[in-house]
Amino acid sequence: MDLLLLIEQILNGLQFGVMLFLMAAGLTLIFGVMGLINLAHGSLFMIGAFAAAAVAGWTGSFLLALIASLAAAAMVGALVEITVIRRLYDREHLDQVLATFALILIFSEGTRWIFGSFPLFLDIPAWLKGTISLPGGIQYSLYRLTIIGIGLVVAVGLFLLISKTRVGMRIRAGENDREMIGALGVDISALYTLVFALGAALAGLSGALVGAIQSVEVGMGEPVLILAFVVIVIGGIGSIKGALAGAILVGLTDTLGRTLLPVIFGAFMEPSAATTVGSALASMLIYILMAGVLIFRPTGLFGRA
Amino acid sequence: MRDSILQVRDIHKSFGALKASDGITLDLKPGEIHALIGPNGAGKSTLIKQIAGGLKPDSGSVTFEGHEITGLSTAQRARLGLGRTFQISALPMGYTVLENAVLGAVGQSGSVFRFFKPAMKDPVLLGRARDALQRVGLDGLEDTITAELSHGQRRQLEVAVALTLAPKAFLMDEPMAGMGAEGSKELTGFLRALKTQAPILLVEHDMDAVFALADRISVLVYGKIIATGSVDDIRTNKDVREAYLGEEDTA
Amino acid sequence: MMRERHLNMIILALLVLVPAYALWADEPFTITLATRAVIFALAGVGLNLALGQGGLVSFGHAAYFGMGGYAMGILASHAQSYTPIMESPFLIEGTNSMPVIWLVAIITSALLALLIGALSLRTSGVYFIMVTLAFGQMFYYFTISWPAYGGEDGLSIYVRNQFPGLNTLDPIQFYGICFVILCLVLFLVNRLNKSPFGLALMGAHQNEERAVTVGINVNRLRLVAFVISGAITGLAGALFADLNRFVSPTMFSWQISGEIMIFIILGGVARLFGPVVGAALFILLEHVLGGLSEYWFVYLGAILLFVVLFAKGGIIGQLSKKESGHEG
Repeated sequence: MDLLLLIEQILNGLQFGVMLFLMAAGLTLIFGVMGLINLAHGSLFMIGAFAAAAVAGWTGSFLLALIASLAAAAMVGALVEITVIRRLYDREHLDQVLATFALILIFSEGTRWIFGSFPLFLDIPAWLKGTISLPGGIQYSLYRLTIIGIGLVVAVGLFLLISKTRVGMRIRAGENDREMIGALGVDISALYTLVFALGAALAGLSGALVGAIQSVEVGMGEPVLILAFVVIVIGGIGSIKGALAGAILVGLTDTLGRTLLPVIFGAFMEPSAATTVGSALASMLIYILMAGVLIFRPTGLFGRA
Repeated sequence: MRDSILQVRDIHKSFGALKASDGITLDLKPGEIHALIGPNGAGKSTLIKQIAGGLKPDSGSVTFEGHEITGLSTAQRARLGLGRTFQISALPMGYTVLENAVLGAVGQSGSVFRFFKPAMKDPVLLGRARDALQRVGLDGLEDTITAELSHGQRRQLEVAVALTLAPKAFLMDEPMAGMGAEGSKELTGFLRALKTQAPILLVEHDMDAVFALADRISVLVYGKIIATGSVDDIRTNKDVREAYLGEEDTA
Repeated sequence: MMRERHLNMIILALLVLVPAYALWADEPFTITLATRAVIFALAGVGLNLALGQGGLVSFGHAAYFGMGGYAMGILASHAQSYTPIMESPFLIEGTNSMPVIWLVAIITSALLALLIGALSLRTSGVYFIMVTLAFGQMFYYFTISWPAYGGEDGLSIYVRNQFPGLNTLDPIQFYGICFVILCLVLFLVNRLNKSPFGLALMGAHQNEERAVTVGINVNRLRLVAFVISGAITGLAGALFADLNRFVSPTMFSWQISGEIMIFIILGGVARLFGPVVGAALFILLEHVLGGLSEYWFVYLGAILLFVVLFAKGGIIGQLSKKESGHEG
C-alpha cells in the first residue's frame, strides 16, 4: 500500500471524525445537561445543510451559507426546545425517543414538502477548491483540510466555553445538580434553551460542511446521527473529551477499514472475493469496535463508571 | 455460644482517599437483633451494600451460614436466604400487594424461568405469599395496588416480601424511617417477634427503637467499628459518647 | 368504559370480519392491507415483550425483522434456483416450505437477539437505546455491501412459499395463516405475561432492585425476554417477506425499528393488544392520510407527538381507562 495514499486516508478519516464530533458534541452536551436523548439531532444536521444550500444558491456566498446553517439550526433548535423538548426533560427515555422520533418524521417530510424530493447541491467555493501541498509532497483537498481545521477550532472553543466562561460554569453546574442551580437563581429554562440551540447549531454547521461534499437530501441526517451514537457509546456519554476521542477513533476506523481491509484480505484471497469480504467487513467495523468497548468498558472510554 | 449466621471479617473499601470501610469486623448470631448505628457518612450504606451484594470489598470477606459469599451477586445472596428491606420502599408500585408477595416467592423458589403456568394461580407461590402477608397483618389488603398503601403499610409489605424468601437473616435499612410513633411501636413489637425466626441486622437512626430492640449494638464511625456491646455497654461507653453523641445531640 | 378484555375481543372480531367482508365484496387489496396489519402487529407484539413488559427500549428490532426476512429470502432463493446454500461440511439446501422457513427465521433471529442482547444489556437507559439502534444499522449496511443476496437491490422471490394443504397465493388463505399465527403468539404471550417469568420481568421493570433482592437474576431474565422478543419479530419478518415476495436491506433500516415502536405507542405500551390496534391504525392512517397527501408522515409525526405528550396509554388506554396494562 502506498504511503501517500495511506496518509490521505488518515486525513479523510480525521475529516470524517471531526464531522462526527460536531454532531456528537451537541448530543452529548444535551444529554449531559438536560438528560435528554434527542433523535431529532439528525434533522438539525439536515436543516443546516438545506439552509446552507438554499442561501448559497440565492446569494452565491459560501460564508453566508455557513452562517445561515448555524442560524437556521440554532433557531429551529430553540423553537423546538421551547415548544416540545422542554416537556420531555422529566419524562422517561422512551417518551423522549418517541417524541423526538416524531420530530424526525415531521422535519423530514416537511423538508421534502418545501424542497421536493430531489437532492440539492452545495458547491465548494472557488477559494476552497483544489488541493494543497502538505509536507512530504502530499496533495490534499483544501476543503477537507478546512473542515478538519474548523472542527478542531470548535473543539477548542467548546473546551474553553465550558471550562472558562460563566455560561460554561452554569452548564457544568447543571450537569451536576439541576435543582441547586435553579435555587441559586439561574434561569434554568433559558440555559436549557441556550444549550439546545448551541448543540443544534453545531449539528447544522456539520450538515452544511458535509453538504458540500455529499448531496443535500432528506434523510441525510439519520445515518450520521446513528454514527454519532456509536461515537458517544465509545467515548462515554456526557463527556466532550470522550466525544472527540470517540469521533476521531470512529472516523479513522471506518475510513481506514474501507481502504485497508480489502488489501489485507487480498493477501490470502483472490482479489474479487477479497474486495467483497473486505468491504462487507469494513461496513461493520465500527460496530464491532463498539461491541469491543461494550465488553471491556461498558461506560465508554471516558465515561464515568 | 452458637455460631454466627453472618460474619463480616476485616472488610476494607476505599473510594479514592476516602476509607468507607476500614477494617470492619461484625457478626450476627441466631435470635438476636444487632443494631448498626453511626453518624451520617460513617459508611453504613457502604457496609450494607458489601453485605447484601452490589459492592465488592477491596479486601476481607463476608460469610453467610459458613459459606463465603463475598464474590456472589445480590440475587445469589438473596436465594441463600439473606432477606433485605430498604430505607426507601423499593416495591413495584403498579403491582397489588399479593403480586408483590408472589414476586418474592417466585424469586425464592427459583421458578423465574417458568413460562406457561400462571403465577397468580400457583398454590405453592400463593401459599407462601399469603403466609407472609398474614404474618405482617396485610392479609386484608391483598388486592390493593401497592402505590395506594400508606407509608407504614409499605414498610410492612417490604418485610412480607423479605419473609417470602424464608430468610435465614434479615438486613433492614432504617425500617422506622418516616413511621409515626404508633407505627414505630407496632413495628418494634413485630421485629422483636421476628428475630426468633431469623436474626436481624438493623441499621436505624431512631435511637429509641434501637435501645428498645437491640440485643447488641455496633457503632460505626469513619469506616471503623469503635464499639460493640449490649445497650448498657454502649450507653456508658466513653468513646461512643465522645465520637457519636458529640455529633448528634440525641442522648 | 369498556373492560380491556372486551375491547380485545372486539379487535379480534374485527380482524375476522373486515377480511371476510373484503372477500365478499371482492376487494383483495383490503385483504392485503389487513395482512400487512396483522404481520406488523406480530412484529409489535414481539417488541412489546422487551419494551413494554421488560422496559428494554430497543430501537433496533429491525435487525430481527430483517433477519427473518432474509432467512426467508435466502432459503427461498436457493430453492428457486435449485442451488444448495452450502455443500461442505454438510449439505444445506433451500426450501419453499413455510413451516421450515418460519423455524429457521425464529432460530436465527433468536440467536441474533442473544448476541445483540448480551452486548446491549451490559448497558442501560439511553446507552441501551443507542446501542440497539447502532447494531440494527450494522446489518443494514452489511446487507447493502454483501452482494451475494442482491446487495442494495434486494432479492425477489417469484412464487410465494408453500404451506401444506393451502393455496398461499390466494390472499385470504395467506391472511388466514398470518392471522392464526398472530392469535397463537398472542395466546402464548398472554400466558407468558401471567407466568412467574412475566411477573418477574414486569416486576424488574418497575423496580430492578427489588427483583434482585428477592433472588432474581435480572440480567438473565431480561436476556431471555429479549431473545423471545427478537424471535417473534423475526417470524413477522419472514411473513412480511413472503407477503411482498421480496426482501431488501430496507427491512433492516432504523425506520422499521421506529415504525414497530410506533405500533406499540399508538395502541398502548405493555398491553397485550396494544401493538395489534397500533398496527391496524398505522395501516389505516397510511391508507387514508397517504391518499390525502404524499407527505402523510408529517401527520403521523404530529399524531405520534400528541400521543406521547398528552395521551399516554395509547388507544387501548383511552378506551379502557385503565392505567396499568400488566394484567392483560
